[in-house]
Amino acid sequence: MSSPTSPRSGTEPGRRALFGGLLTLALAPPAEATPEAMAEAIARFTGGATPELSAAITLDIPSLVENGNTVPVTIAVDSPMTEAAHVRAIALFNQRNPQPQVIEARLGPWSGAARISTRARLADSQRLTAVAALSDGRFLLAEAEVVVTLAACLEG
Amino acid sequence: MARTLIRVPATATRGEVIEIRTLIQHPMETGYRPDAAGRLLVRDIITRFTCHFDNRLVFEAMLHSAIAANPYLTFTLRAEASGVLTFAWEGDHDFRHVETRALTVT
Amino acid sequence: MSACRRQRWLPLLALLLGAAGPRSGFETMTPELQAMQRDDAGNPGMLSVLEGEALFAREGCAACHAAAALRGVAARYPAHDPARGGPIDLAGRIAECREQRAGRPPLPRESQPMLALQSFVAHQSRGLPITPDPRLAEARAEGERLFRERRGQLNLSCAQCHETLAGGRLAGANIPEGHPNGYPLYRLEWQALGSLQRRLRGCFTGVRAEALAPGSPAALALEAYLFGRAAGLPIETPAVRP
Repeated sequence: MSSPTSPRSGTEPGRRALFGGLLTLALAPPAEATPEAMAEAIARFTGGATPELSAAITLDIPSLVENGNTVPVTIAVDSPMTEAAHVRAIALFNQRNPQPQVIEARLGPWSGAARISTRARLADSQRLTAVAALSDGRFLLAEAEVVVTLAACLEG
Repeated sequence: MARTLIRVPATATRGEVIEIRTLIQHPMETGYRPDAAGRLLVRDIITRFTCHFDNRLVFEAMLHSAIAANPYLTFTLRAEASGVLTFAWEGDHDFRHVETRALTVT
Repeated sequence: MSACRRQRWLPLLALLLGAAGPRSGFETMTPELQAMQRDDAGNPGMLSVLEGEALFAREGCAACHAAAALRGVAARYPAHDPARGGPIDLAGRIAECREQRAGRPPLPRESQPMLALQSFVAHQSRGLPITPDPRLAEARAEGERLFRERRGQLNLSCAQCHETLAGGRLAGANIPEGHPNGYPLYRLEWQALGSLQRRLRGCFTGVRAEALAPGSPAALALEAYLFGRAAGLPIETPAVRP
C-alpha cells in the first residue's frame, strides 16, 4: 500500500504512535489500525478461543524491509497432516494497516503439508501474527516484528 | 485478460507432497489510497482464490487489501492420482479468472 | 626494484585500490528481494515478459526477428543510429520498427504493451554484459555533463548521490549507484513494471527539477552515459528493485 509520506526521521515508537494517532484523526478515513482490532480479528477467527504461542508454527518474514509494498511471507506448521491430526486453516493478521486481516487459507489432510507463502503490504513497521487452526480444536500462534523503511526518493 | 504464472511440477510420484506456485497480474487497489484530488480510489482487489483437483476443493484463500499487487500465492498438495488442477481467482467488480493445469502422477 | 618493474606494478596497484568497477543494485538488496528477482515463477516482472512474448508474435515482429537472434541486442543499446546521427534507445528502436516496418499504430512509450515488448527483447540478453556502442562517445560526454550538473530546487546533481554517496543511506534506504542494467524493471514503489525513463523522471522530480522528455536528445545522451558507466554489468531484465 503506497501512500505519499515524508521521509521519516528517527522517532521512538511511543511518539510515532501518538503522531500517527493524531494524524489519523486529522485525516479521517476509517482506520482500525490498532492492536485491539488485531486481537478482535484473531478472536473472530478462533471463535473466542485463546491461541497458544507455539514453536510448531513459524512465521517467516524479513525483519527489515526496504519497501512495505511487497513483503514476502511464509507461514508453516509442523503437522503430520493426517485425517486425525492436521491443520484446518492458517491466517495472518497485522497491527498497523487499516484492516487487521491479511489472508485466511483453508487446508486439509490432502494438502500434505501446512505451508503457504504470499506477499503482504505493510503500511508501517509493525507486529504480524500468524494463527493456525488445528483439527483437534486448538489454535497455535506465532509473531514477528517487521521494520519498514521507505524508498529514498519519493515520487510526488 | 489477466496474465498468470503457475508452476506445477509436470510429474509427481504417488504420495509426494508438491508445491504449487501462482502469480497473477492484478493491481490490488486497496481502497485506502487517495487520488491526486484527495478522493479515495475505489477498492479493486482479488478476494478469493481456489484450487480444485478434479472438482474437489483442495485449497482456498481469502485475500484482503493487505495482499500486495500481483498476488503471489504458494501452497502444497499431496499427489495421489493424475488429474486436472483448476485455479480460480475472484474479486471486486466481477473479476474472475480461471486456469487449468494437468498433473501426472506415476 | 628497477624502474621498469615498478611501472608494471603501479597500474595493477591502482586497479586494486581505486577502480572497483560498477556495482549492480542487485547486490545491495535484501536476500528476499534477490530471491524474488531470481525466481522466474515469482518475479512479477516476468508477467510483462510473458505479455511481450505474446505481443512479439501478434504484432508481426516474429515475421522478421527470431526471438533467439535477439540475444545480445539489448546489451549494446543505446546504439548509434546513422539516420539520426545520434543515439537511439531500445524503446525508440522498437517503436520505430513497430510503426514503420510492421505498420502498427503508435503507442505511448510507457504503455503496458510497449513496456512488455521492451521487457521481452531486453530479457533475451539477460546475463550478457553491457557493451556500450563505441560510436556514442560524443553523446556519452554530453550525458556525463548532465550527470554532474546540479539541478532543481534542491540543487543536486546525479553524481552527488549516485557516485559520491553511493552505498550510503538516505531516509533509511540504501543509495544505489544507479545503473540501468535491469530495465524495464518491477519497482516495489510503483507496484508495477516501468522503464528507465520513468525512474529518471522520479529522480528529477525528487530534486524538484523538470524531467527530461523521454526520447529527447538530452534524455538519450544521459541514457548513453548511464549505460557507458555500467559497462560490464550483466543485463538483469526484468529486475526487481525496492
